[in-house]
Amino acid sequence: MKRQRNRLDVGARIDRSRRLRFHFNGKPYEGFAGDTLASALLANGVRVVARSFKYHRPRGIYSAGMEEPNALVQLGGGASSEPNLRATQVELFDGLEAASVNCWPSVNFDIWAFNDRVSGLLPAGFYYKTFMWPKSFWHSYEKVIRKGAGLGTAPEMPDHNIYEKRHQHCDVLVVGGGPAGISAALAAGRSGARVILADEQAELGGALLGNGERIEAASGVDWAMGARAELDGMDEVRVLSRTTAFGYYDHNYVLMVERVNDHLGAPPGTLRQRLWKIRARQVVLATGSIERPMVFADNDRPGVMLAGAARTYINRFGVKPGNRAVLYGNNDHIHQVALDLADAGVRVEAVVDVRAKAVGEAVAAVRERGIEVMAGHAVGGALGKKRLRGVEVLALNEKGDGFAGDIRRLRCDLLCLSGGWTPTVHLFSQSGGKLDYSENQACFLPGEARQAVSVAGAANGVFALKGCLGEGAAAGRSAAGKLGFREVGAPEALPVAQGEAGALMPVWRLPPVSKGERRFVDLHGDVTVSDIELAAREGYSANEHLKRYTSTGMGPDQGRTGNMHALGILADIRGESIPAVGTTTFRPPYTPVPYGVMAGRDVGVLADPVRMTAMHGWHERSGAVFDDVGQWKRPWYFPRTGEGMAAAVRRECIAARSGVAILDASTLGKIDIQGPDAAKFLNRVYTNSWNKLAVGRCRYGLMLGEDGMVMDDGVTSRLAENHYFMTTTSGGAARVMAWLEDWLQCEWPELKVYLTSVTEQWATLSISGPNARRLLSELAEGVDLEADAFPHMVVRSGKVAGIEARISRVSFTGELGYEVSVATSYGLALWQAFQRVGENYDLTPIGTEALHVLRAEKGYIAVGHDTDGSVTPGDLGMDWIVSKKKDFIGRRSLARADTMRTDRKHFVGLLPETRVPEGAQIVAEYKRRPPMKMIGHVTSCYDSAALGRPIALALIAGGRERIGETVTIPLTLQGRVVKAEITSPVFYDPKGERLNG
Amino acid sequence: MVDPSLRQSPLATLHLGGREGQPAPEASVHLAERRSVGKINLRADPGDGVLMNAFESVLGYPLPLDPNRTSGDGKRGALRLGPDEWLVTVPGGQENALFGALGTAATAAGGKHVALSDVSDARTILTLAGPRARDVLQKGCGLDLHPRAFQTGHCAGTLLARAAILLHQTGDAPAYDIHVAWSFAAYLWVWLEDAGAEYGVAVGEVE
Repeated sequence: MKRQRNRLDVGARIDRSRRLRFHFNGKPYEGFAGDTLASALLANGVRVVARSFKYHRPRGIYSAGMEEPNALVQLGGGASSEPNLRATQVELFDGLEAASVNCWPSVNFDIWAFNDRVSGLLPAGFYYKTFMWPKSFWHSYEKVIRKGAGLGTAPEMPDHNIYEKRHQHCDVLVVGGGPAGISAALAAGRSGARVILADEQAELGGALLGNGERIEAASGVDWAMGARAELDGMDEVRVLSRTTAFGYYDHNYVLMVERVNDHLGAPPGTLRQRLWKIRARQVVLATGSIERPMVFADNDRPGVMLAGAARTYINRFGVKPGNRAVLYGNNDHIHQVALDLADAGVRVEAVVDVRAKAVGEAVAAVRERGIEVMAGHAVGGALGKKRLRGVEVLALNEKGDGFAGDIRRLRCDLLCLSGGWTPTVHLFSQSGGKLDYSENQACFLPGEARQAVSVAGAANGVFALKGCLGEGAAAGRSAAGKLGFREVGAPEALPVAQGEAGALMPVWRLPPVSKGERRFVDLHGDVTVSDIELAAREGYSANEHLKRYTSTGMGPDQGRTGNMHALGILADIRGESIPAVGTTTFRPPYTPVPYGVMAGRDVGVLADPVRMTAMHGWHERSGAVFDDVGQWKRPWYFPRTGEGMAAAVRRECIAARSGVAILDASTLGKIDIQGPDAAKFLNRVYTNSWNKLAVGRCRYGLMLGEDGMVMDDGVTSRLAENHYFMTTTSGGAARVMAWLEDWLQCEWPELKVYLTSVTEQWATLSISGPNARRLLSELAEGVDLEADAFPHMVVRSGKVAGIEARISRVSFTGELGYEVSVATSYGLALWQAFQRVGENYDLTPIGTEALHVLRAEKGYIAVGHDTDGSVTPGDLGMDWIVSKKKDFIGRRSLARADTMRTDRKHFVGLLPETRVPEGAQIVAEYKRRPPMKMIGHVTSCYDSAALGRPIALALIAGGRERIGETVTIPLTLQGRVVKAEITSPVFYDPKGERLNG
Repeated sequence: MVDPSLRQSPLATLHLGGREGQPAPEASVHLAERRSVGKINLRADPGDGVLMNAFESVLGYPLPLDPNRTSGDGKRGALRLGPDEWLVTVPGGQENALFGALGTAATAAGGKHVALSDVSDARTILTLAGPRARDVLQKGCGLDLHPRAFQTGHCAGTLLARAAILLHQTGDAPAYDIHVAWSFAAYLWVWLEDAGAEYGVAVGEVE
């Protein structure tokens, strides 16, 4: 293992006593606790860490943060492998294994680098132009292109880590733990407000961790540590490190992801990440800013990096990012960084400053150190390939938009860039806030806010430390103050030395020095100045078009370092101002968020609630196969040993027709309706009349939507003068309850009606078959079951199996039937009592499939099965249930020309030769090839034991007039064609005599 | 009176038997089911003072009129569910008597529009208590449960994970009653045990 040859001996926030071993691209290395993968690679002198997306050019570490466009790595392997992490954010841990993405066979020898040689053939829009013809070939092209233009590899195995979610409310949420954010949190926290301070990094401090600035007599880092201790001591303040706020939604709802133990390698079975769902009364964004690069030929060579990053590697990580440096930029920062580099023992060749008059404290200090300041100069190009070997410097003309004079070559292996700062306004923009362009600072700044949010520090264009501290404290104080929290004791402004600064001079593009050179704007997407010029020439001159045509800003880094240049160049080409060109929209997430943390614990058995009836345990023990009805588990059928579904369903159907069958009907929706206007209410929501329903009687009702289409159905009983009990379909229960409440509360508040959902209060079983009465009579007490005393559609109260019960004589099978309901906790006891007594009757438990067969034999509709939201009562042949004498929801729609057409699809029966799938299309004239005119479709189809043949229900255009005709059901995919005769939908016992038992 | 031994818990399918009451010294969350609670859903006009007084004389406490507030205690009390809706709780087995008494009182007070529904089995109550109970709830509940916002005696209809619940803080420990629909109870119990695992969960004896 090699020595960490670029590691400084002293200083920085790493622990040199804790060595951490890791592998990168299979090679072993060593770093220290406190390193990121990027700083450890730099310490070990690893230059090429990645290949670019399109041209596969060698790339090095470019930044020290989330804006990194180059150093994307795949972390780990197997189930916990994670693609496309930025090496600059990956905290080093012992045993870490990482690999470059997008290169094959290796990062140093990449076959796809051939793309770079032929880059003239791969301009912006290349894919759109080349691979769209012929259209059907895209699928073939895509497979090959994906290999060359891949990012990392998503793991395919189940994730072994735990992810949590958590809701948290607070008075003040502060995003960003740099000097502004810390100051805001301190001010708000001291006032007693509930404060959350979220920061992306491992420790608080933000820019202070890397820039070596001082506050009072202490280092900036010590100040941040002191602040952290004070914040931790406040009861109502929560500091969340390693936490990124990535989405800002309405009502100050902010989503954040906390990386709980990624920095420890996230061992399987441990809590890896936590999703925080924050609802904040006030938000302070102190999200800092991102340094911009400069654009010139081959500005992507390993060794070219942002000036602030170089500074961070020295001050925070104790790593010399190079031995011989040139700095290039348009503002004072390059001069400050030059001093830090020189202090760390890096030989600084020159500071190249595009400003003709480079003045200010830092510039003077650089000159004082004897470092050459090349004012009014620019870098025209970088030399070297896998590592930077030098730069070409040219003098600028007087206007600063072109070159004057000869090329001068400077040897260097490190080139530090600063093109100014781009405030991180993503979250502010997501919150709905407007952005204003600042000509002075050449950046967009937060403007008018739309939510309770303020922005402080560099994110607000205040880049100097003194301003950040002051503005942060003011923002925190103000946010808490708006909520009535006052800070105790006015704190004094912290003494910070602030030198005189020179103004920044924006330079977005310079002319090419030589033909065909590549000046990268978006390093990740390999988008060059020429690509942008080409896009504009080809008409993609709107920034939204430019983005999509060139893919600028569409990589995992979202163009953090390049977007402003793309905008500036586009504005330059269009001859307009940057604000006239505008920005693209900032959308969540701010940085990529793993799916795992979005799923949280809602996986496996917790993915969705499984609703079970009181009798569920018995069903399970009896070997039921379950059917998912919404979230409910209902028995589908009860196979006996060795019995398949068809045989079981057939047996269950025969039992219901010839003996007695029992069904768990607990899932039916149940609504208690009480009040003097209850009947009036039912008249309005059902198509039929409820005026004359006597107490103790039941009636079937059909409910329509406002469009006149069947929405739900069920039986409603009148329990007392002003008391009704409605049942709904199992799947429609919640929807119907909400629908009825909506009408009562919003449209008919004058009606004196109260609704109470009692679906879950009652466990219900249904028995049907010729022996149903005899069976029930063995268990019922105090109820006369004789046909005359207890006719069809009557409800009685009594005791069944010693349990207080409600008994309704209703039927969905066409046989003599009863529904028995008891309080849910007695449901299983009731069911078991029936099983005990039922032994003498060969009582057969049946599931939903048999029930469907039985009801289909009778032509009873199943709402949502035979209807699909486009079916009127008339279509179903159910005009008998539609009152002509009263108004009800949907009535007017039934008078529409379209709903009165005579050729609408009618609900009819079919006698197909063989069983056909539900949804199968029906044609009148069969042709060997489509197209054929479709006249309807099959809604239900079963093998009927009672009829000894397959039967079907269908919706067919003008079907009632076609009864007796033969139609065709072409099952192209199954390679068969089935003929069927149209019949009445009632196949069995058309007179309904069996209901009487 | 029906034989109460015939009653079954919605958690029966989880087969918790044997774990209940086991000592869990590390636990900072206590989870149990309160099975034996009678519940009556009451709908009435809160502006009808005569009616409200009649109910108070039956219940022994006034129905709470402020949003998200309760009267009485977790065993015998009322939770305000809406402008004209309350959930009245009594010790299990007393619901029929109370149901009758409330109905009689309403009639005597001239209440023409009152709805009483026995919902004792429509929901069950899971109790969650202990120093980390709030942390467990915050994993799945979007309400602000901080003591400045939600205190003993407060209640709210909300979601906990994927189940609709009625949340009632019954003590400062903190302790909560979670009313959940019968068919969602097993799901929610499993969810609560999972969410509480990191704090240690003691499974309490059924009341």
